[in-house]
Amino acid sequence: MILKTTIHGFATAVKGLLLTVKHLFGAKKSRESRDIRQADYFEKQEGVTTVQFPHEKMPIPEVARYQLDVEIDDCIVCDLCAKACPVDCITIEAIKSPEAIGKTSDGSVKRLYAAQFDIDMAKCMYCGLCTVVCPTECITMTNQYDRSTTKLTDLIYDFGEMTDEEIMKRKEEWTSFQADKEAAKKK
Amino acid sequence: MSEILIHILVPVVIFGFIALFTLFAVYAERKIAGFVQDRLGPMETGKYGLLQTFADILKLLQKELINPKATDKALFIIAPIIIFVAVFIGYSVVPWAPDFIPANTNTGLFFIMAVVSIDALGILMAGWGSNNKYSLLGSIRAIAQMVSYEIPVGLSLIAAVMITQTLNLNEIAYNQGILSSESIKFLGIWDVTDVGGILAWNIFQAPHLIVVYIIFFVATLAECNRAPFDIPEAESELIGGFHTEYGGIRFAFIFLSEYAMMFLVAMLGVVIFLGGWNTPLPNIGGLKLADWTTGLVWGIFWTFAKSLIIVGVQMWIRWTLPRFRADQLMNLCWKVMIPIAFVCLAASGLWRILVMN
Repeated sequence: MILKTTIHGFATAVKGLLLTVKHLFGAKKSRESRDIRQADYFEKQEGVTTVQFPHEKMPIPEVARYQLDVEIDDCIVCDLCAKACPVDCITIEAIKSPEAIGKTSDGSVKRLYAAQFDIDMAKCMYCGLCTVVCPTECITMTNQYDRSTTKLTDLIYDFGEMTDEEIMKRKEEWTSFQADKEAAKKK
Repeated sequence: MSEILIHILVPVVIFGFIALFTLFAVYAERKIAGFVQDRLGPMETGKYGLLQTFADILKLLQKELINPKATDKALFIIAPIIIFVAVFIGYSVVPWAPDFIPANTNTGLFFIMAVVSIDALGILMAGWGSNNKYSLLGSIRAIAQMVSYEIPVGLSLIAAVMITQTLNLNEIAYNQGILSSESIKFLGIWDVTDVGGILAWNIFQAPHLIVVYIIFFVATLAECNRAPFDIPEAESELIGGFHTEYGGIRFAFIFLSEYAMMFLVAMLGVVIFLGGWNTPLPNIGGLKLADWTTGLVWGIFWTFAKSLIIVGVQMWIRWTLPRFRADQLMNLCWKVMIPIAFVCLAASGLWRILVMN
């Protein structure tokens, strides 16, 4: 009984050893990337599978859904994306404008200034919900995924384009507009 | 004066060799692991990652020596030294080439068995001194394993010694090649004293020594706590086993001794069973291959080459087989290897009396 299991153990060990040595010498060449639709896709088992990342990259589709990008000129600062975000990685601060600022490329009227439009990619979980709710389709996912940094704050992407003076000016504009309206009411 | 210098120089050279071998072996180990698993292994530090292990050892040397509060200070600090020294002393009696041996003693084989078993003591000290349940479990497993496997190792060596009739490792190596003073018979029939080569190796002088060598190899694999017998370290169960609490240079020494032990047992097996520094090439008529490839440099080369191949096999096995369970380990030792070793022992006696006379 014990002899039988021992012999069986040795036989299986030899089998395993032959398998590993096959892979050991098969590692001389890299495994080619193959189309999964080929019939013999699973036949080819030899070769190194490692992709040495920074030096060589796997091809990814152009429409891949990785990091977010915002076309701020098309943004109407509706805050829907920030509300849809499950992890609250989008921070938007809006300033109201007394009159329409302009139009986006799809014809929506812009009435708000984006004083702040930050996306914290460190928090983002790439669910893509913000891109779904966006009425003007200005927030999109790109094929950009490789953004390694040594500072975590580098991953907070600032899409707002307004300078501090501009923000101050627009705020003052709105407060004076409000004040004018109040004054008009009192009359 | 020059004699003292030699006495100092030899251990220093051997230590340097062990350190270099460890660096090389760790690199080889990681590469083999990578290739077996269809990966590349270290690639970034230096060309093909060649400097990876140098970077590792530099890191280990710079690290702070941490003494956990509840450790048994004395045991904790001495343990790595004992573990390393036990293995290091073993190198003193193993021949590298004809008469090229640190200490030519008549009881070399006995000596090596004696000092290498001190290793177990060091491991127990490390595990107990760490005052950590994982370390203690690891060291208890190690003791159970090493004490058990000492027996098949001893029996297989006795079986070989019955054929060689000497415990002097230098003589054992001598008697397996063309420099032998006694007559050598291939499989007990054909006189190959002048032919030498692979035919004169101990495993072919008495063919049952092939089985004995397999037992020796498997048992020494367990002695060095290598996979598939690595339950004392068992990183998936016991973190690091007996060396869990060690860091920096102390850990480096434990690591060093593990690899030194690998090479030592590989070399011991080569000397006793596989012809030691003798060439595998036989004299064929006018082609005096064995004569041409015997000598000091050739001896060192053959010892190296054979031992490195055995070390390679140890690594190959490590990355193939999964770890034994503790009871399977004991079963294999007590119910399989020891009985077979005893049978081989009897076969050795009969072979010596009936065939080799």
